[in-house]
Amino acid sequence: MKTLDEFVVLFAEQLDETDPSNVTAQTKFRELEEWSSLLALSLISMVDEEFDVTLKGDDVKNSETIEDVYNIVVSKK
Amino acid sequence: MAYFEFKDVELVGMAAGVPSFIANNLHPLPDDDVSSDYAPEDFVKNIGVLERRITYTQTTSDLCFHATEKLLADLKWGREEVDALILVSQTRDYATPPTSCILQDRLGFSKGTYCIDLTLGCSGWVYGLHTVASLLSTGCIKKALLMAGDSKAVHPMKLSPLFGHAGTVTALEYKPGAKGFQFHCGTDGSGYDAIIVPDGGTRHLMAPSSFVYEECEDGVKMRIQPRMKGMDVFSFGITTAPKSIKKIAEHFGFDYQSYDYLVLHQANMAMNNMIAKKLKLPAEKVPSCMYHFGNTSSASIPLTIVTELKEKTSGKVNFLCCGFGVGLSWATVAFTTENMFISDLVEIDEEGNVINK
Repeated sequence: MKTLDEFVVLFAEQLDETDPSNVTAQTKFRELEEWSSLLALSLISMVDEEFDVTLKGDDVKNSETIEDVYNIVVSKK
Repeated sequence: MAYFEFKDVELVGMAAGVPSFIANNLHPLPDDDVSSDYAPEDFVKNIGVLERRITYTQTTSDLCFHATEKLLADLKWGREEVDALILVSQTRDYATPPTSCILQDRLGFSKGTYCIDLTLGCSGWVYGLHTVASLLSTGCIKKALLMAGDSKAVHPMKLSPLFGHAGTVTALEYKPGAKGFQFHCGTDGSGYDAIIVPDGGTRHLMAPSSFVYEECEDGVKMRIQPRMKGMDVFSFGITTAPKSIKKIAEHFGFDYQSYDYLVLHQANMAMNNMIAKKLKLPAEKVPSCMYHFGNTSSASIPLTIVTELKEKTSGKVNFLCCGFGVGLSWATVAFTTENMFISDLVEIDEEGNVINK
């Protein structure tokens, strides 16, 4: 299982306009200017590919920080 | 587990009818339901739909009618030879009677024709094929037509930049010795509200409030309009479609990577690319028409074959096709065609005239 730090790096790779060095486990990703439903699909793809975990829409919508998403992934593993 | 095999049936021809009007997602119309969430360029890049064929006057049955006239002429089938007509659509001419009955008369088919409507969306063409193949493999009937598609909305409404209109027809014959069709089918009704038209059925009757625009996950919609939980549908598609394809291959003992084509329901590009990647299939084996036609519901698999594989069906061709979506419902089919005939795309204008006869 990948660590939280590795998850943050994978998460940052999905973003186009946000500087990866500004992305941390505590980043409130849905407040990012570039966040959109299209990026949510990229996140779901990444989690499916890297963790073999299926995120639902509510998992993304109910998460505030990147760490929250990671914790859901861990709980579904 | 719903696995099926029907022998002695062959798919012999296909045609598709689309509106001649082209909507362009980079230049949205006032009637397009454009999201403020992202730029049109990002939608086209990520979702993979540039153009859609749209009609405000032609019903699904109109598009299927013109496609069928073309295919009957091309295959030289007599009208009296058609023993069964199955229509798959969520946009029927009337709440009742069945649209297939209307098409039987309009197409001049005999009163001995078996007609049914199936109400399914994205998985519908594969389910329709299943129904037709099961009827034909008995040998009781010899020729059948499967029509599939969705078109004109039930009310003037803003239209999603994802969906296009199309009506298709697939011709099948009883042919002793033909390899036939293998199917895997599945359903998960717990996701019934992932794609739903909330009002207008008997659960929630149509009322003045059905016509009020309200905020929902994929934009501002009326309750008589389809709405979608995009993220849930995405998760469903990228997990269920690859599993279904692997399951059918395992059950019937074939290598899915050896097939000539995997034709997926044209959901959106992000989803379809992910499915192909998970199955380790190269892009040339996974044709797509959504860039020019959008997601066309139950028409999407036959429309992809008609528009993308027209010159590529001589000799024997092995097809895998997988439909997945509203229901939630999914199905995969494996079959082989031999010199399958594909008609030129039929384009129909707003007056109902075929413009490229």
